Amino acid sequence: MEKQRLKLKVNGQEHELYINPKTLLVEVIRDHLGLTGTKRGCDTVSCGACTVMIDDMAVKSCAVLAVQAEGRHVRTAEGLEKNGKLAPIQKAFLDQGSYQCGFCTPGMLMSCEALLEENPAPSPEEIREGIEGNICRCTGYNSIVRAMGAVAKGNYREE
Amino acid sequence: MIHDFRYLKPGTLQEALSMLAEWRDECKIICGGQSLLIVMRQGLVVTDTLVDIKGLNELSYITYDDGEGLRMGATTTHRAVEKSGLLKEKYPILVAVEKKLASIQVRNWGSIAGNLAHGDSSGDLAPVLIALGGKIKLGSVKGTRVVPLEEFYTGLFETALTKDEMVVEVQVPPVQPRTAVAYKKFNLIESDQGIVGVAAAMTVDASDTCKDVRIVLGNSGVTPIRARSAEKVLLGRKSGDRLLEEAGEAAAGEADPVSDIHASEEYRRHLIRVLTERMVRQAWEKAIPLE
Repeated sequence: MEKQRLKLKVNGQEHELYINPKTLLVEVIRDHLGLTGTKRGCDTVSCGACTVMIDDMAVKSCAVLAVQAEGRHVRTAEGLEKNGKLAPIQKAFLDQGSYQCGFCTPGMLMSCEALLEENPAPSPEEIREGIEGNICRCTGYNSIVRAMGAVAKGNYREE
Repeated sequence: MIHDFRYLKPGTLQEALSMLAEWRDECKIICGGQSLLIVMRQGLVVTDTLVDIKGLNELSYITYDDGEGLRMGATTTHRAVEKSGLLKEKYPILVAVEKKLASIQVRNWGSIAGNLAHGDSSGDLAPVLIALGGKIKLGSVKGTRVVPLEEFYTGLFETALTKDEMVVEVQVPPVQPRTAVAYKKFNLIESDQGIVGVAAAMTVDASDTCKDVRIVLGNSGVTPIRARSAEKVLLGRKSGDRLLEEAGEAAAGEADPVSDIHASEEYRRHLIRVLTERMVRQAWEKAIPLE
């Protein structure tokens, strides 16, 4: 299959790649760009481990063709920190111990970030709805909801 | 693993329809791909050509007219429906259904037409839209035709679409006065598909008698099913516990559910009976104006 040129903006940086059009966004992010924060979990749009942001939306990168992200801005967990400083939601995850094995964490962070950008002060119920598409198999959800709650309350600021 | 395909990205609807006409025998359409990419990866769908209509913004719209009713373009996302102030006012049931459809990530990227055209009988939108009397507009280079959504589903993952056609619009008539719609799916995980789902649209007359009713069962057969026997039980009658039970029993009887890892056939029939009873009751109560 003839490869196709793809210009992709990831975490503010422009990339030019040549890919088979069937390549999934998660494959480009992990295998072509080496950004392995984004995880490949179920591969069936169920678990949310591969969640990234496209423009201002959380999406599951295992169910998006990379070519469909052209002309848009893809953000991954690696892009959350600014000038070497962790984003508020990352700091809150650290403080609240919102991970154990860490596999769901990058996807959780992106779902949380998308929610916070849309709604900076979500209610506990809105927080739980905001991570409905992400499955955590070890720590459980309470510590994640606590971290989000702390950011929503304004306990963490961007540095 | 996904098989190789030729990737085409039309810039306009006309261009997309020409591509369909040209590659008709070996072509699939992708929009959000939230259903399609999964079955392609499982090898259940193999296509030589993929026409990507995700970027066709001319098909992303939600409009309403008191006479014509609702028009939603094919590439409109689930999230746009969920967040629409217009729909919250005119068709709150659609907003409620979207809030429980899959997950935020899927709703952000997936389109309503893709959901409908995928033809999965466990989909949430089709039963509700059929209960609302919805229609689907199909386009090809030869022109367009409008099909009642109820007639759109012809078999297991099969629809009335011909090879050179694509869904261009979803249409819903204005909701009649003294009408309410209720929908409930039964599932074990919040963002999962329904083991079964039941939609009921009830219109009552001035004496609160059932004037018109449409009951649609999801994941209760190879296609969404109109529960016509249950509807017959209710037409011209006044609400009552025994009557609602009868309607539930009729719906459970006319459904054609399968046994699978999620539920046995017997359990599905039980759920259909209970949910039909509840949804009809809910719609009936909501249809009577508060005075």
